[in-house]
Amino acid sequence: MQAAEIRLEKIGKRYGDLWAARAIDLKIERGEFFTLLGPSGCGKTTLLRIIAGFVAPDEGAVFLDDRLVNHVPPWQRDVGMVFQNYALWPHLTVFENVAFGLRERKIARAEVGQRVADALARVGLSAVERRRPSELSGGQQQRVALARTLVVQPRVLLLDEPLSNLDARLRAEMRLELLKLQRDVGITTVYVTHDQEEALALSTRIAVMDSGKVIQEGGPREIYERPRSRFVAEFVGEANLFFGTIKRTGDGCVEVQTDDGFKILAALASFPCAIGKKITLHVRPEAIALAPPGSGSPESNRLNGKVAASVYQGSSVEYEVDIDKRSIRARVSHPGNLFQRGDGVAVVFEPEDVGWMVEQD
Amino acid sequence: MAKSEAAPALCFGEKTDWLPAAVMAALLALLFVFILYPVVRVLWVSLADEKSQLTFIHFQNFFLRPLFRDALWNSLFSGFLVVLFGSLIAVPLAYITARYEFRGKILLQTLTTLPLVIPPFVGAVAFQQILGRSGTVNLLFMQWFDFTIPFMEGLTGVVLVQTLHFFPFIMLNTAVSLSNIDASLEEMAQSMGCHGFRLFRRVTLPLVLPGFIAGCLLTFIRAIDDLGTPLMLNYKNLLAPQAYLRITTIGIDDVDGYVICAVLVVLSLASLLAARKYLSLAEYATVQGARGVIRPLQGKRLAFVFLFSALALAISLLPHAGIFLLSFSKVWSFSVLPTRLSLDNYAEILFRVPHFIKNTLLYTGLAAGFAVTLGAAIAFLLLRSRLWGRNLLDALATLPLAIPGVVLAVGYIRVFHGWDFPGVGASLTSTWFILVIVYTARRLPYTVRACYAAMQQVHPSLEESAQNLGANRLRTFLRVTMPLISGGLVAGALIAFVTTCVELSSTIMLVPRIEYGPISYGIYVYMQSPLGRGAGAALGVVAILLVAVGTYLTHRVFGGRAASVFRV
Repeated sequence: MQAAEIRLEKIGKRYGDLWAARAIDLKIERGEFFTLLGPSGCGKTTLLRIIAGFVAPDEGAVFLDDRLVNHVPPWQRDVGMVFQNYALWPHLTVFENVAFGLRERKIARAEVGQRVADALARVGLSAVERRRPSELSGGQQQRVALARTLVVQPRVLLLDEPLSNLDARLRAEMRLELLKLQRDVGITTVYVTHDQEEALALSTRIAVMDSGKVIQEGGPREIYERPRSRFVAEFVGEANLFFGTIKRTGDGCVEVQTDDGFKILAALASFPCAIGKKITLHVRPEAIALAPPGSGSPESNRLNGKVAASVYQGSSVEYEVDIDKRSIRARVSHPGNLFQRGDGVAVVFEPEDVGWMVEQD
Repeated sequence: MAKSEAAPALCFGEKTDWLPAAVMAALLALLFVFILYPVVRVLWVSLADEKSQLTFIHFQNFFLRPLFRDALWNSLFSGFLVVLFGSLIAVPLAYITARYEFRGKILLQTLTTLPLVIPPFVGAVAFQQILGRSGTVNLLFMQWFDFTIPFMEGLTGVVLVQTLHFFPFIMLNTAVSLSNIDASLEEMAQSMGCHGFRLFRRVTLPLVLPGFIAGCLLTFIRAIDDLGTPLMLNYKNLLAPQAYLRITTIGIDDVDGYVICAVLVVLSLASLLAARKYLSLAEYATVQGARGVIRPLQGKRLAFVFLFSALALAISLLPHAGIFLLSFSKVWSFSVLPTRLSLDNYAEILFRVPHFIKNTLLYTGLAAGFAVTLGAAIAFLLLRSRLWGRNLLDALATLPLAIPGVVLAVGYIRVFHGWDFPGVGASLTSTWFILVIVYTARRLPYTVRACYAAMQQVHPSLEESAQNLGANRLRTFLRVTMPLISGGLVAGALIAFVTTCVELSSTIMLVPRIEYGPISYGIYVYMQSPLGRGAGAALGVVAILLVAVGTYLTHRVFGGRAASVFRV
């Protein structure tokens, strides 16, 4: 099997007046686990179907290993896809389902049996060959779908929200298995999901999409820790946002006066820091600590407020703290002492944990 | 989280309430007397000798007589031909409407259901007028080429009429199966290298086949049970007309008639069970909210589709035109088109002999009402109670689907004739009420199904929350359940009405006196004489209008799911 490289150039697809994909440029390297992440209707599935060949783009070019495939039909692309609903053929047994693609490739009978058995063993399903898909649990169907696609050793694996029909526990388990499987096989994978945790856990790179456009592209840490827009900051994890103006710079640090009247220090090494410039800052809830009022070091940002809600979640506690007219969310891991609703607290966070984006909306 | 294992809100749990139990007992008794017992009596007569001992001698005689062997063979053969030719029309139309998007698709879908609107025996008359020995087409052939084609002679005519009437059943079933195939099933195969005809053979065909076969079997039963068409075309050598003739001319004690009835029951029951099996196979392929494969249609293909549909529709809508024309004709005999037009026929049926229409409205109205009331009660007990006997109730209420109208009518005559029914002071078969009863019994499966489907949509938690907020059982039913299922009840009543107002096969045996006859009987009587044909056609037009309005309303109430009631 030869893992392929995928290149999308200026891809556009329109349904009526709506652009499902617009001016999309992406390069997905060999062996990468690339995720298209976005809310429903953002165009991520359309993009996946363009790669598979089920949707023809109105504009732009799709390359597989430098070969232009715009006009290559799906059955000649050698691209494996796992559908959201698994698309197992109900009239065929599990064995026949998995053997389907091998038969299309005119593989010898003995080899078909061997490869089907191997593929099913690889996904941990060996005893169900004779059953019908309707007799399997959701998790088993998922594995069969995966085995069926991988058994033909496609050059690219496309996964359309494959875990969304599973319950929470099974989803976590399958996520781990999928990760190991993909890294073992080394196949170029494009994964579509709206679940940010899944995207962060699985991907080598992520493209966050909205309204048919790629908003930001990068590794999981980059996407999570340095979102470049409010949309990404809020879609990938939670964010406390501050809108303000730069008041002072120096020492790799800027001081920002927020529109709602706070002063926040942020360590913004890479930002072209012009005084008077509008800026949006964000702080992740887990970067925020709560302290009794009046404690802590002066280098930190400190805002005094009152606990509006506290939600105990076992490994962490979620707080909503009212500060003047706004509220700030904090997630405290390994909580020592718990604050109650109505307690006065100081919200504390370090300048290094403050991210920025130019966008002001 | 607990899965929805909760007991139904209106379930009567461990403590058996007397009211539902009493309703259950009453329903079982009714269904037993008016459905099961008459059929069993018919079967028993065919299986018993003079000393009431079990014997197969009657069946042996049946198979020894060439007349009956021929009738059986003709029935099977014509049923097969109807399915074959019907498929040739239905499958392309189903494929076109399920898989392509084009202008005029809705129109095509509507027009293809129109053949169902015209009762087959009315269609038979119209076809006689147009394609018969001295019909329009043959008169023209005679004038131009000096020869005629025997379209309507013998079995050919029966097959022609039935094919053009019944093909929509095959089409509906096939189209539903096709649009239930989720696009991903075919896309998956494509991404594995399978396309074109191979894709059709390996994925599409196996998924459509069960639905298609079920449609074929249903058409087969209906064709074999159809009594009106062969009678109208005066072709008697089929099972249904043979049964009818034995009983009506030789008498209700003639064993041969019962044997033929038994054969009809066996054929119907076997086809129905097979259809059910195939439909349950079709279920597995059904995806809730399937995203069907729909492609736009343009250019040459569109032109081909247009031609094919136009041809199929032109032929299958021919009887509608014929009957309409005939109803306005004073005389239409040995001429290409009616020679004189008039409104006399309508005056006849509306003013001089209005009782056919009045009777139909009375009988079908009552029968639809009864059928829905019983249907709702049965559906309620099936879904919301845990009482003993639910399976039996279900089976009894479904049984009429497999009982030809002739057979049930024969059973009624056998059981009720000459027996003064308590409270009536005469035998049931001498009153018009016997028609209401037979209509109710025969349409009960449809109304049960409609009510069941409607009630199934009402999750028990909807009722539970009403009770939780203080509504008692009756208030809950009136304020929550009833409004939610009313659409299903209305649809059930409409379906019963539509299918009943043109019922002939049991009507023709059970009408006690001509002035008690409904429209279908009137048409039959009028059509016996050339002079009455015009008035018969006018009644036919009234019947078509009734069915058309009923069908339209059903679709309005039920939406696209109306067709599902006609699946087994």
